[in-house]
Amino acid sequence: MTSRVRRLLGRHELVLLVVTVLLSIVIGALNPAFYSLQNAFDLLKTSVPLGILTIGLLVVLISGGIDISFPAIAVAGMYITCTLAIDVRSLDHLPVLLAISTAIGLALGLFNAVLIHFFRLPALIVTLGTASVIRGALLEFVGTRTITNLPSSIIAFSRTNLFEATLANGASAALTVSILFFAGVAIAVALALRYTVIGRGAYAVGADLAAAERVGFNVRRIHLFVYGLMGALAGLVGIIHASIIRNANPLDLDGLELTVIAAAVIGGASITGGRGTVTGALLGVALMVIMDGSLVLVGLPSQWHQVFIGLVVLVSTSITALRTRSARAGEIAR
Amino acid sequence: MTGRGAPAGATLATRLASGGILGRTPFARLVVFTVAVFVSMTLLVGSDRFLTTANFQSIAFQLPELALLSFAMMLSMLTGGIDLSVVSIANLSSIVAAMTMVHVLRGEAGASGEAVAIVAGVGAGLCTGLACGLVNGCAVAFIRVPSILVTLGTLQLFTGLALVLTGGQAIIGLPDSFQWLGNGTLLAIPVPLWLCVGGAAVMAVLVNRTAFGVEARLVGTNPIAAWFAALPVRSVLVRTYVTTALVSSVTGLLMVSRANSAKADYGSSYLLQSILVVVLAGVDPAGGSARVLGVGLAVFALELLSSGFGMMRLTSFATELAWGAFLLLVMVINSVLERRGK
Repeated sequence: MTSRVRRLLGRHELVLLVVTVLLSIVIGALNPAFYSLQNAFDLLKTSVPLGILTIGLLVVLISGGIDISFPAIAVAGMYITCTLAIDVRSLDHLPVLLAISTAIGLALGLFNAVLIHFFRLPALIVTLGTASVIRGALLEFVGTRTITNLPSSIIAFSRTNLFEATLANGASAALTVSILFFAGVAIAVALALRYTVIGRGAYAVGADLAAAERVGFNVRRIHLFVYGLMGALAGLVGIIHASIIRNANPLDLDGLELTVIAAAVIGGASITGGRGTVTGALLGVALMVIMDGSLVLVGLPSQWHQVFIGLVVLVSTSITALRTRSARAGEIAR
Repeated sequence: MTGRGAPAGATLATRLASGGILGRTPFARLVVFTVAVFVSMTLLVGSDRFLTTANFQSIAFQLPELALLSFAMMLSMLTGGIDLSVVSIANLSSIVAAMTMVHVLRGEAGASGEAVAIVAGVGAGLCTGLACGLVNGCAVAFIRVPSILVTLGTLQLFTGLALVLTGGQAIIGLPDSFQWLGNGTLLAIPVPLWLCVGGAAVMAVLVNRTAFGVEARLVGTNPIAAWFAALPVRSVLVRTYVTTALVSSVTGLLMVSRANSAKADYGSSYLLQSILVVVLAGVDPAGGSARVLGVGLAVFALELLSSGFGMMRLTSFATELAWGAFLLLVMVINSVLERRGK
């Protein structure tokens, strides 16, 4: 019994949960507005794009890879789809637009996978290259102007709420329907990682590629799956992002890759592969979103935001590294 | 140019297949690539416009910043790591340097005041770089956090500190004579280029001719073997990240001088570009290799490309597209040829 308690306490997720709860208590004590329903709904809304991307990246990290091209893929899916829907009005239905954007993302993700798997190139460098190519091609050949008159189905989507409440002071709080996509992706990926051959394979490939290959995992299929999934989710996020900010800017989301990697890593995913959970990733996203949205609430200038993110990344990765070291004493890791 | 073992008068096809026409080593391919860029830009733009002193003068002013940052990146990759914080170190150093200069200048007017301000500013900037490098190096060497994560964190931390220090505003009012570093010429050659060539020479000696260089290479090739061979792995790692940071802060000083102001978000596109340059130069991101000449050549090729694109009135987006495409192409060619060689 005690060993079970100790194991539970030693879980990265639990530490993270405690930190997040403590942070919320401190912020709430400094500014009670933090506890309002509207603030909670706003935080949830902000967490949707970040959350879906973090889940996607989690799977890539588990398989021992990395992807920094997904913001470019998301923007490409968003902008091409919106441009298309404005030219061809008959396409202007939400499922069609989501399908187009996701398909664009899937295709670009599979392209990454092909380069990484068949030419055995380092994923960081490949996705660095494809990110340049995708952004450059989008801005050179599709357009550079921000689309402000979004397709009407996306506008309608942005106004659809899952839940609305009128507060005591007369203001209303609403929870966006896009949270369902986030929940759906999180549950599906959690189940896939736990119960499917391809999900277990991602862990196996990330822990030791050669061993996984010899045991008989289909490495090619796993690579295509993880990078394809990342791309498809990025495409999906493109449309959701456009609906949240109500425009489609082809220069948008630059630098988001670092925030998403930080969220996944804070959540306990190993950058060298083989380790990481959906629960951890969700807590990482929660911590990032709460920090991001609440510094202003407690009266700190927004400039401090990046300092805190940096410190959290450093502390969290240090804890993970120290823990790994004590678990595998004697091994020289870098 | 014919492939090894290919009969005399081999056809173009067989030479292509053996990789002969593309050069047998990554460096040879880089030379071929640079010449190809040079020739095609000259033909496309027109030699009367492309092959001018003014064009090469402007390339000579632009190239050193990216080149120095790429040397810094190369050094971190030599030990098998990566330093994502190079640009943020450059910016933080430049801001500390600029703030020091402005502060000293306010107290002491006149030519002697300028000299004091510049010395104090440069000193403060380099000390900032040293401190940043120590943070990175100690976290990598002693806590053993993967370098990509350490520097991802410090990238945010240093940029955040720069934002907090400046409040997002640009710092202006620097000593006039400091502009010479970024905009002056010495013997008809731009000062930044002198600085860059000097940096390359120091880097070449450091990597190829010193005990530190050899140790760093061995650590990058196989850290566990280096550890068992009783190499001072931790000390090598700390020194690597400190040197990387110092080179970055020199770049920061150059950037301040050239723009005559300092800002927290200058040159953020340099991060990915410097990785691109280093990989294009044939440096193995997995560690154990460094190519000073290759990095210089790769920067030159990319600057030729972007200046040519600029003259053809193509946008910077087309340049980004071309850079990315070249990176992928070079890597795919290297990979295919390497596997064929085995």
